[in-house]
Amino acid sequence: MTASSIRLEARGIRHAYRGLSVLEGIDLSVPPGEVLVLVGPSGCGKSTLLGILGGMLAPDGGSVRLDGEVAPDCLNPLTYVFQDFALLPWRTVAGNISLALEDTALPPAARRARVAEMLELTGLSRFADAWPKQLSGGMRQRVGIARALAVRPAVLLMDEPLSALDAQTRGLLQDELAAIIARSGVTVAYVTHNLAEAALLGQQIVVLSRRPGRVREILRIDRPIAGRTATDPDLLAVETRLWDLIRADAAEADRELERA
Amino acid sequence: MPRLSGPIPFRARGFAPRDVPAAGVATLVALLALWQLAASLGWISTIFLSTPAGIAGAIRDLALSGELWMHLGASLQRLAIGWLAGTVAGLVVGFAIGLFTLARSPGMAVVSAFFPIPKIALVPLFIIWFGIGEGSKIATLAFGVFFPTVINTMAGVDGVPRGLIRMGQSFGLPWRSIVRKIVLPGALPAILSGFRITTSIAIVLLVAAEMIGAEKGIGAFVLSAGNLYDVDNLMAGIVVLSAIGLAASWLIGRIERALLGWR
Ligand SMILES: Nc1ncnc2c1ncn2[C@@H]1O[C@H](COP(=O)(O)OP(=O)(O)OP(=O)(O)O)[C@@H](O)[C@H]1O
Ligand SMILES: [Mg+2]
Repeated sequence: MTASSIRLEARGIRHAYRGLSVLEGIDLSVPPGEVLVLVGPSGCGKSTLLGILGGMLAPDGGSVRLDGEVAPDCLNPLTYVFQDFALLPWRTVAGNISLALEDTALPPAARRARVAEMLELTGLSRFADAWPKQLSGGMRQRVGIARALAVRPAVLLMDEPLSALDAQTRGLLQDELAAIIARSGVTVAYVTHNLAEAALLGQQIVVLSRRPGRVREILRIDRPIAGRTATDPDLLAVETRLWDLIRADAAEADRELERA
Repeated sequence: MPRLSGPIPFRARGFAPRDVPAAGVATLVALLALWQLAASLGWISTIFLSTPAGIAGAIRDLALSGELWMHLGASLQRLAIGWLAGTVAGLVVGFAIGLFTLARSPGMAVVSAFFPIPKIALVPLFIIWFGIGEGSKIATLAFGVFFPTVINTMAGVDGVPRGLIRMGQSFGLPWRSIVRKIVLPGALPAILSGFRITTSIAIVLLVAAEMIGAEKGIGAFVLSAGNLYDVDNLMAGIVVLSAIGLAASWLIGRIERALLGWR
């Protein structure tokens, strides 16, 4: 089966909430199979931008385009993984994963096979019949990831998918996520406020300025995600550079929040 | 300077009442025994208050003569039809208000205008409209059940986390699937707890409606026993009504456990 290969492109994105300008003149381009990471001080519009990229929010100006080939087994080209997991509490783990497969042409046997495959991939097989409330945060996000991958997305949009987790769980899932992304060849837009995570997962790291968010700088790490380790010197250098770029803005954003 | 030495005192005592179910049962049994005893010692007049044994005897006689089943059957039938009619209509309107802009403001306006009417006051009007027979009684029940059902359903739909609906949309689920798989189950807890309220409202209205121009029904039976100063039968009727309420709430509890196991 051929994999999807989609370029995601945003031109001149502008957005305001009731007069509060949040994004101004954002241009982005994510080549097929690449991981773009969005970082920036809190409140700079990262979530807003991700919502716009996936068609969940209509921007005041600008446009987002997809270009490329979608694999025949892809059921939902633009797929999200949510910070708060967004699992249906009245469905089991397997039920949550199968949710997006049920209204498709996928025959029931193939659907069950895909759910089983995703459970296996995310190490959830033993929890297929558990309710979400019985799972730890890390487990819940595995379900969120399994649900997203089950539709064989062409573009994965992740808004701080690991930030609700404790540091150890987060570290583990970071590595697993990196492996999954590297293997599936999916195009990714990933929001995080963790700069080490940005360096570990990003091939293109877009630094947004404080609100209204503009593209302040784009750092590139031109090597595959597979084989990266948090302690790699080049990644540490990127992390330091990111911190230098954001430090002043982050402090100012904090003061603004305090005043508000 | 004051010195501090010695073991730490335990300070987190109390403020943690425990449930002892046996104590509850024992209290009720003791009250019944005390009541029976007080009556047989002549402390309370059985003209004004029956005794547990008197009530039990009356229920037994009514059951054996078949009178109980006749009244109970009539009441349960009205209750079932009236409650169901009000509930179905209330669910439809409640979902419409919760889902469609077109229905929302008009629906809310009508509900807010009619909700405060004491439904019992409408019985005479319904008798004029629907006649003294079954029609007016069922209309009273249905009307009384309808408004709280609308309000609970609407609140339940509004309470479904927006993020879950957005999730469904982001996965491209069709509208009907979002309603069936996300909105409906999300609103179900509120709807079911609304059923508890509406069944007790329905029983109150049932009795009121049956006290106005009915020959059959527990409400009519209680009223006629009262007219005859037949306290045993009167209180037997009250006990039967309470049993209907208990049974309804038990049934809803079962439904909740079956449908809301995920909570
Ligand atoms: N629905 C909304 N209505 C009004 N203002 C909003 C809305 N959503 C976000 N905002 C505001 O827009 C700004 C950008 O929000 P957004 O959530 O996109 O930022 P963010 O970079 O994701 O922040 P964080 O780092 O806290 O997640 C914030 O100041 C926020 O308060
Ligand atoms: Mg955000």
